[in-house]
Amino acid sequence: MNIHEYQGKEILKKHGVKIGEGIAVDSPEAAVEAAQKLTELTGAKIWVVKAQIHAGGRGKGKIVGTDYRGVMVAKSLDEVKLKASQILGGTLVTIQTGPEGKKVNKILVAADVYYPGTSEPKEYYLSILLDRGTGRNVIVASTEGGMDIEEVAEHHPEKIFKEWVDPQVGLQPFQARKIAFKLGFEGAAFKDAVTFITKLYKAYVASDAAMIEINPMLKTSDDQILAVDAKVALDDNALYRQVELANYRDITEEDPLEVEAGENHLNYVKLDGNVGCMVNGAGLAMATMDVIKLSGGEPANFLDVGGGANAKTVEAGFRIILKDPNVKAILINIFGGIVRCDRVANGVVEAYKAIGDIKVPIIVRLQGTNAEEGAKIINESGLKVKSAVVLKDAAKLVNEAVSGLL
Amino acid sequence: MSVLVNKNSKVIVQGFTGSEGTFHAQQMIEYGTNVVGGVTPGKGGSLHLDRPVFNTVAEAVEKAGADVSIIFVPPAFAADAIMESADAGIKVIICITEGIPTNDMIYAKSYVKERNVTLIGPNCPGVMSPGEAKVGIMPAFIFKKGTIGIVSKSGTLTYEAVDQLTKAGLGQTTAIGIGGDPIIGTTTKEAVELLMNDPETEGIVMIGEIGGGMEAEAARWIKAHGTKPVVGFIAGQTAPKGRRMGHAGAIVGGADDTAAAKMKIMEECGIHVVQSPADIGETMLRVLKK
Repeated sequence: MNIHEYQGKEILKKHGVKIGEGIAVDSPEAAVEAAQKLTELTGAKIWVVKAQIHAGGRGKGKIVGTDYRGVMVAKSLDEVKLKASQILGGTLVTIQTGPEGKKVNKILVAADVYYPGTSEPKEYYLSILLDRGTGRNVIVASTEGGMDIEEVAEHHPEKIFKEWVDPQVGLQPFQARKIAFKLGFEGAAFKDAVTFITKLYKAYVASDAAMIEINPMLKTSDDQILAVDAKVALDDNALYRQVELANYRDITEEDPLEVEAGENHLNYVKLDGNVGCMVNGAGLAMATMDVIKLSGGEPANFLDVGGGANAKTVEAGFRIILKDPNVKAILINIFGGIVRCDRVANGVVEAYKAIGDIKVPIIVRLQGTNAEEGAKIINESGLKVKSAVVLKDAAKLVNEAVSGLL
Repeated sequence: MSVLVNKNSKVIVQGFTGSEGTFHAQQMIEYGTNVVGGVTPGKGGSLHLDRPVFNTVAEAVEKAGADVSIIFVPPAFAADAIMESADAGIKVIICITEGIPTNDMIYAKSYVKERNVTLIGPNCPGVMSPGEAKVGIMPAFIFKKGTIGIVSKSGTLTYEAVDQLTKAGLGQTTAIGIGGDPIIGTTTKEAVELLMNDPETEGIVMIGEIGGGMEAEAARWIKAHGTKPVVGFIAGQTAPKGRRMGHAGAIVGGADDTAAAKMKIMEECGIHVVQSPADIGETMLRVLKK
């Protein structure tokens, strides 16, 4: 589960990780109040107004119809109000949102931390994530802060440092020191960096995070190390024991169809093709999408109905797929193991009748236990449904459907 | 022959008396799997499905000689169940449970590794050696004893491949469902290696999906050490970047873990890669005739 920057910073702060102070608000008036409060708190006279959406590239992204960006510096309270009013309620398009962009419902007003001082502020990169290859958490650090880490990895792999954590003992002090030395820290900044890394790792483990990325991590002009940005993803499987953090879910960031599917215990991902599909099992569902593509169509979705493909789940699946106006045909692909194909077939017929008039052709491929009986039920239903047993035949039917032959 | 599980495997079921455990234990027993009992803490001493229930895995090992365990306990307790089995001396642990927190699996994987135990899964359909033992949740009737080994991250896609092989007249030695989580006990490469070293296995079907680097690692190993033909498929050629496709591990992160990238490296390493999952059986038949 992805969460907003301000929520990620709340987690960090709770675990003692230094952050650039900020207050999340949802109105321009509250933004001004927040700025005033931050001045009392930190002395800041410059603020940064940051759009809170679940996508990166906010600083370069633009609010549709304006020249305003997703992250803007404000040098007076009037500027805070103006910029907040332009960003809030606007649609932000960034490199990660796609052309449709995302609506901004909340902004974070942050105290500027790039103030002048005895040394130059400098940006770094720090992240913690799972290394699937070793089955361990890895800390990734770089001197190239504020940049896309994938680009740094491609052009300057020598500027990226990694430290793997042994799960039996956790992150050791020498490892935190090693990273801090490699990033070139000295004196007070070094000490602060070691603390930052150690506490960040604790925050990661304690919150069952799937990833924490601090980009940039800033060394301020007075040698403090703090998080200017925080991208945090939480492990969905652990939310049952992170009850407080589970409340961070923001369903306005999710596709409404995906939310509806989730409520029906269906695993659905919306895509932009023209052939919908409903499958049991994630691997077979992905493979079915591939079959659709190879048959001349484009998958409109990923949909795993799980182990219990019955009339209720099939009906819910139908309703969700049919809400997508791009869908020109639907392929149901069920490999009946424990679940019997004749039961699934009856479920499909029932669901179809419950919905009534379905305008697009439906192809039902049932294989496995009682496959022939299942096909018979479909064929004798009198509905606009084609049946197949072998995957190849289903592919052929998909091709006919996208060619307008069904 | 077969790998991991066979006629002589003494299998216990962890989460024996729960609904999932009961249903699948029954199915395994009907297939002829030597299920010697089960473990449900607090229900030790009773009988379930005519077999003894133990309080601990250690007791099941001591009293029933168990050497293989299959786990159906809920996600919050599954990593603990894995470690209990490893500690008790079980040699092959098969974890069906889906939805175990990643943090728990990091510990469990490290724990079993230290004890030299084979963990299959989690989030997998189990392991099946046709004619010998079914230690999993797969539909037994699609399998046939034979000479093809299967390694797969997915459940129903495995059944699809098995069904195609059986219909093409090709039986199976062992089908290993390694699971779709980001952390799994046995990697694609390790499972392929087991089958490569099995004298009765003549060909291997390797089914992967987007996310992670396991298929690439297996492909490189096959290029260096492979002695048998391998037919490969990667699910998720049409999956967009950054979206999780059902399995916790099925997510494209970078340029190397897309289906296209994996298929390319598999082809370069001499694996017979099929574009469509509908072609797995036929391709294996054709490759074996060469």
